[in-house]
Amino acid sequence: MSLAEGVLQIIEDHARTNGFARVKTVWLEIGALSGVETESMRFCFDAVTRGSVAEGAALEIVAVPGSSWCMQCGVSVPVAERYDPCPRCGGYQLQVQGGTEMRVKELEVE
Amino acid sequence: MVQIEQDILAKNNAYADANRKEWKARGLFAANLVSSPGSGKTTLLVETIGRLAGRHPLAVIEGDQQTSNDAERIRATGAQAIQVNTGKGCHLDAHMVGHAFERLDLAQGGLLLIENVGNLVCPAEFDLGEAHKVVILSVTEGEDKPLKYPNMFAASDLMLLTKVDLLPHLDFDVAKCLDYARRVNPKIEVLQVSAKSGEGMDGWLAWLEQGVAAAKH
Repeated sequence: MSLAEGVLQIIEDHARTNGFARVKTVWLEIGALSGVETESMRFCFDAVTRGSVAEGAALEIVAVPGSSWCMQCGVSVPVAERYDPCPRCGGYQLQVQGGTEMRVKELEVE
Repeated sequence: MVQIEQDILAKNNAYADANRKEWKARGLFAANLVSSPGSGKTTLLVETIGRLAGRHPLAVIEGDQQTSNDAERIRATGAQAIQVNTGKGCHLDAHMVGHAFERLDLAQGGLLLIENVGNLVCPAEFDLGEAHKVVILSVTEGEDKPLKYPNMFAASDLMLLTKVDLLPHLDFDVAKCLDYARRVNPKIEVLQVSAKSGEGMDGWLAWLEQGVAAAKH
């Protein structure tokens, strides 16, 4: 819920500085390893935007796949979850590289 | 179209940076204690404060949805404590903590212990400006919690496995739990402690003292 409020805050800040009155679409970039559950984000977004410039806006979520650096193999490997082993060597000496994003990318406004 | 490219947590992170800067200027060591409800955070804190026996200036910020019970338990030790009620919120954020800190009178070179709301999900995402997150897992919980709540264990630098005095009565598999924790965070440090029997408390105090010494200037 706080994350959805964070999104709304960013939208409202930009509404003030850029002078738009309505948001039609919001693009979010959400990493597979971030703490965001996309379905609850959708639900909370609808709830918190009621009565705001973003009321009824479409929410487009761009999923960013998870990737980690395997210290054993010395390469970047895809991972779906934080507790997944390296798909090459089966080890857990992994350092998360990508997939933790929680960003507001762009807005379609009028 | 308006390009934004802004982190959803940008606002919180800016407050967290301000807290970090302020605490650094005062030479304070801040730790953010996170866990499930009922892991024994407050009991551990009360015992920790007792054992530190006034060696360092110390203050506690207590986060709970409601009541000031925890802050009262801390104040009973003689330490200063501020209770933050998050109301509907399930975590502390850097803005609330910054305000709570303003109401404390913590001397240079002190220790600031922040007890977050009992929740292993949202507090993982909210930086408060602390030097370290410390995740507390009690042996009366499941040993697979690091896998169930991986973000929290990935965000923490230290895991305290608490209530280890109860191990003889439980089926909790310590080795498995540590293996799970290291799967999500190969660098996590682990200490096994019991506030009740005192086991492992020296190691935990030494970890805190090291932090305090490093933060002083």
